[in-house]
Amino acid sequence: MNIDLVQIRDDIRTRKTTARATVDQTLARIAHSNSQLNAFHEVFDDQARADADRVDREIAAGKSVGVLAGVPIAIKDNIVTRIGHTTCSSRILENYQSPFDATVIDRLTQAGAIIVGKTNLDEFAMGSSCEKCAWGVVRNPWDINRVPGGSSGGSAVAVAANLCAAALGSDTGGSIRQPASLCGVVGFKPTYGRISRYGLVAFGSSLDQIGPITHSVRDAALLYQCMAGDDPHDSTCAPRAVEDVVTTLEETPRTFRVGLPVQYRKGNSPSVDAAVARAVEFFKAMGATIVDVDLPLTDVGISTYYVIAPAEASSNLARFDGIRYGHRTKSKAAKDLFDLYAQSRAEGFGPEVQRRIMLGTYVLSAGYYDAYYRRALQIRRLIKQEFDAAFAKCDVILGPTSPTAAFSIGGMTDPLAMYMCDVYTVNTNIAGICGISLPAGFDDTSEKPLPVGIQLQAQAFAEPMLLKVARAYERAQGGRAYPSK
Amino acid sequence: MSTSSNQPAPLTIDDVRHVAKLARLAVPQERLAVLQHDLQAILGHIAQLQSVNTEGLEPMAHPLTLTNRLGDDVPQSSMPIADLLRNAPAVEGDFLAVPKVLGGESS
Repeated sequence: MNIDLVQIRDDIRTRKTTARATVDQTLARIAHSNSQLNAFHEVFDDQARADADRVDREIAAGKSVGVLAGVPIAIKDNIVTRIGHTTCSSRILENYQSPFDATVIDRLTQAGAIIVGKTNLDEFAMGSSCEKCAWGVVRNPWDINRVPGGSSGGSAVAVAANLCAAALGSDTGGSIRQPASLCGVVGFKPTYGRISRYGLVAFGSSLDQIGPITHSVRDAALLYQCMAGDDPHDSTCAPRAVEDVVTTLEETPRTFRVGLPVQYRKGNSPSVDAAVARAVEFFKAMGATIVDVDLPLTDVGISTYYVIAPAEASSNLARFDGIRYGHRTKSKAAKDLFDLYAQSRAEGFGPEVQRRIMLGTYVLSAGYYDAYYRRALQIRRLIKQEFDAAFAKCDVILGPTSPTAAFSIGGMTDPLAMYMCDVYTVNTNIAGICGISLPAGFDDTSEKPLPVGIQLQAQAFAEPMLLKVARAYERAQGGRAYPSK
Repeated sequence: MSTSSNQPAPLTIDDVRHVAKLARLAVPQERLAVLQHDLQAILGHIAQLQSVNTEGLEPMAHPLTLTNRLGDDVPQSSMPIADLLRNAPAVEGDFLAVPKVLGGESS
């Protein structure tokens, strides 16, 4: 297998290498490529080296260390860290320094992980291309003229270009899985409520979920296990025990059923359809049963999502008012409190964020609430029921993560066309189930080969089975490849 | 899916201005038409929701069927005031400084 976080962790622990050497190599690679790729907004060289030295001292002294001891991890910049800044790639939070660490940061660092830096995203996680980042576009390491996907594009690029052992992303409608697919790495969105959202800057509170972007499925399982579980700071965290997904990962389920929705087969690139067809053959060879399932509301999902997510965002982003933190206008024209709010927000938020706040405000406004918001919530229930019916017939649903490979930077200017990139991912969040994107080959029709991904979705809290099936696929398929250079 | 029969009423510039006010966004005059165009296009697409039969369906606001969760009432220390004020754009002593509130809000 190619190098992954588990391999790095084992090499540090068995003293084949040191945490310091690992971190030094990682920092050197970041220094070499970040000016081109723009994956990181901020890198914590000194602290990372100091943390690595501490891990090495503990290992040398024979102390027991955590399961992530010494591994360099990158964090999406909408997850708050005491170290450095948390900007959400937005001017409104340009100078924001969090007074606390997110629960996931606590859990990872307690396991010994080293936070190497904060990665760029589409502003406030609103986008599918990382072109809407206040700190410049992020570039796909497979072809720097292409987008990496979004919104967790910086994290996906950091993993794809080997600038970290693993990264964290957040996924509101596909923001972990789609960039993972476009960058040729693993992206895992757990069930809603499985991982604490405490310290994740809220976008769509009933949709948001933190998850790992990794080199391998076993890395995803390990990070998931470190982060999952109830949290007194997040009352929407599921109060149920977390199963061991790490030690059981290599067991291929003896029998499992793979569902293929007919609605996932139209409008995809031939390379994407071919990747799904190859996956079907892999699963057949493992003895899986392949069944057709029906998800007729697949394309209604985008409309449902673009009511619910902006509605929640318009409410969540009301906190950025220029009073307690964030940008405050210096304009003398702001003569009263209303002007101060409106001017500060207009100066601080980028165009896509403003568009979504406007849309969300509109669908929640008097006279439109029932026609849009309430109706979207009713359809949300229908979408959930559709998945329930499908999962009565199968254990995992197989399909594309994204209809196409990475598109050109600047090549998609219509907001609605951009929204359609997420047609296979938004319903996972709407229903609150889990999904994982896996590297599945390449599109060779462009100048440079571009990764394509497949997605497996499973019922809420079915992570142990989803990860086993994903791992079995990864073994059969051979794992991820690396961009040249 | 056909959406033509369910197209929403056209959004006027005044509608956009009103929503911007509700959203506390100072949208410059020249941006209003752009937003009008974008929002109209998105609402036109979203109109497909009207063609789905939702009769008798309970709205689903959240994926988990959670009830209120009560914590034990145990006093805990708060974050230090200095840490919280570090991010404030304007401070007077231990307080956030804001413009005059009463008599200022335009309506």
